[in-house]
Amino acid sequence: MADRPDGAAQQGGNRPKLALHVPEPKFRPGDTVDFSHLQIPEAGKQPRPDETCDPKDMHELAFGLVRVLGEDNKAHGPWDPKLDPDTLRKMLGHMAMTRAFDERMFRGQRQGKTSFYMKCTGEEATSVAASMALAADDMVFPSYRQQGILIQRGYPMIEMINQIYSNKGDKLKGRQLPIMYSSREHSFFTISGNLATQTPQAVGWAMASAIKGDSRIAATWVGEGSTAEGDFHSACTFATVYHAPVILNVINNQWAISSFSGFAGAERTTFAARALGYGLAGLRVDGNDALACFAAEQWAANRARANAGPTLIEFFTYRAEGHSTSDDPSGYRSAQERSEWPLGDPITRLKDHLIAIGEWDEARQEKMDLEAAELVKATTKEAEANGILGHGLHHPFRTMFEDVFEELPWHLKEQSEQAIREREIKFPGGLEL
Amino acid sequence: MIEAINDALAVSMERDPNVVVMGEDVGYFGGVFRCTAGLQEKFGKTRVFDTPISECGIIAVAVGMGAYGLRPVPEIQFADYIYPGLDQLISEAARLRYRSAGEYIAPMTVRSPFGGGIFGGQTHSQSPEAIFTHVSGLKTVIPSTPYDAKGLLISAIEDNDPVIFFEPKRIYNGPFSGYYDKPAQPWKKFDASVVPEGYYKIPLGKARLAAEGEQLTILAYGTMVHVVEAVCREKGVEADILDLRTLVPLDIEAIEASVEKTGRCLIVHEATRTSGFGAELSALVTERCFYHLEAPVVRVTGFDTPYPHSLEWAYFPGPVRIGEALDKILSE
Repeated sequence: MADRPDGAAQQGGNRPKLALHVPEPKFRPGDTVDFSHLQIPEAGKQPRPDETCDPKDMHELAFGLVRVLGEDNKAHGPWDPKLDPDTLRKMLGHMAMTRAFDERMFRGQRQGKTSFYMKCTGEEATSVAASMALAADDMVFPSYRQQGILIQRGYPMIEMINQIYSNKGDKLKGRQLPIMYSSREHSFFTISGNLATQTPQAVGWAMASAIKGDSRIAATWVGEGSTAEGDFHSACTFATVYHAPVILNVINNQWAISSFSGFAGAERTTFAARALGYGLAGLRVDGNDALACFAAEQWAANRARANAGPTLIEFFTYRAEGHSTSDDPSGYRSAQERSEWPLGDPITRLKDHLIAIGEWDEARQEKMDLEAAELVKATTKEAEANGILGHGLHHPFRTMFEDVFEELPWHLKEQSEQAIREREIKFPGGLEL
Repeated sequence: MIEAINDALAVSMERDPNVVVMGEDVGYFGGVFRCTAGLQEKFGKTRVFDTPISECGIIAVAVGMGAYGLRPVPEIQFADYIYPGLDQLISEAARLRYRSAGEYIAPMTVRSPFGGGIFGGQTHSQSPEAIFTHVSGLKTVIPSTPYDAKGLLISAIEDNDPVIFFEPKRIYNGPFSGYYDKPAQPWKKFDASVVPEGYYKIPLGKARLAAEGEQLTILAYGTMVHVVEAVCREKGVEADILDLRTLVPLDIEAIEASVEKTGRCLIVHEATRTSGFGAELSALVTERCFYHLEAPVVRVTGFDTPYPHSLEWAYFPGPVRIGEALDKILSE
């Protein structure tokens, strides 16, 4: 700044002072919540373009909100996926099971059975319904709040709990934080704690599928906060450049730990609108409307499968609980937000829809919830026989050195031997090595 | 060496349809150093293609491709540009096998020209190999001859672990004596440059004894192998010159055997000194060969500054610095 005069007093001269804008959420603890600023369009009014359409023609859909379930609990408009009642009940069942699972695992963490847990309360539709719109062998690259996908894909619940407890039954050998599952058999990619890293990886997988002339597509999930990561933007660039058969699902649950979505840019535009700058198809969807979630994911999957290109979907939803068991949301947001959220609860809305079309009732719902809770409880007990975190029933000690490389190099062999020596000194009684 | 690398890629692609080559400018143009010239024409655009200028994207996409079952060979145009892709390499590619208990692997080989001596300034000359050797789960390979470049690259591509393959660009076209004002000699004048046609492999983790001698052991890799050879010739020093070839996995047996024989150890690399790979080598030699040592282990390295454009030859660990170190270690 060669033309800047020296000395603090003279800096800037008589020019107006610049001011830094630091985003601030509308409501803090103790505030009365008013969500009337949110534009919630009527269900069924959004157009459903052809799956092969040009992203340029989707401007409105990137700023609007695709909704199917109306105030009358009926399905409306061109996005109604017209699912049969059995499929709807299955969807409801998976979502209820996901919630029951979360409740039990949360409690397990509070009981000291594991170090950490993350619920997806209020977001169940964004994983369960979206996942149901994919083929079972489409590859998913989830983030950490998509346990609903595993439940929907029939991954054994005991394996999920073994992983959460890092016990001797944990297929990941106790190496990953709880909830960071992996199942190649279920086309579920290993979860990373570093955010958004899986987004461009999903694009790479989809590119590989296209290179090989496969018919499988990839889908990835990322939180709205993590769209600020460079990886997300690399993913968008590669996806559009190579026309990759991939779906980029952005879960806008309003909060990234204590930072509201404004810190990822939500004050200025929608997350779906980011698609437009890249030339991607962009859809903004009511994430608490299971039918809309299914319909949008199905639209994007059809588009990808038809070689018509990638889609970025913003699921507009709300994180009803804390970020994790290590988080206390009462410290940074109004307690009213959850109850006042204008798009309701995804499970309640789907249940009410089934009731409204005469395919369900409260008694059956109660029975289903009870059965789900009992199944989770029984499975938890079964998993606990394999051990809980920190109680000694974990994978053999030597496994710590496995899988760093395909073959054990000399330096890891030496370190492994040292670890075993230490173990023998610490536990002369002969614990499993 | 450029032709040898090109040949290794072609041989690997012919043998395995899952090998794909990608990176900035690698397709139609064949790469800024021409290492991938002609490959797109031969193997098609879906197996050899240009990428956006996004190192993070290039590495990440390769991780996803590896998880699918391909063997991607991404090129990072200069090692100095690899940093935006570091998280994908360190937290993702390197740990995929571990965190998924073997369910997913990233069998990728990241090729990248590295090192100085070409007036590349601070953004085209760095030697970041130590960063990668510090990461559990990555292998780091650095050839110093065309023969090795081909054999090691084929091994790297076939390896099921992620490999960083650093190509010493100062010796792409011929070995380098360390005197910047002496004209480079083309590779074909040197025996080491004879590159057999077709398929052959050099195993990762095996060092090459570039010269044999009783006076001391010199540990080097890449360009510095040739500089060290030239200095020893000039000074009449008879050294075991171990070309490490791979830093991880490291050929500790060859290092121990040589140091136990000679009793002295000089370590030479071009990267900055502090926490460089020379520090690891020095510690290993001291820990494992202390009672055989006749003199302290000595390191010759670049200085702890960024690579300065106009003062490149003041930075470079050339004959004067190496000669001084040799005098010191041999006088003790």
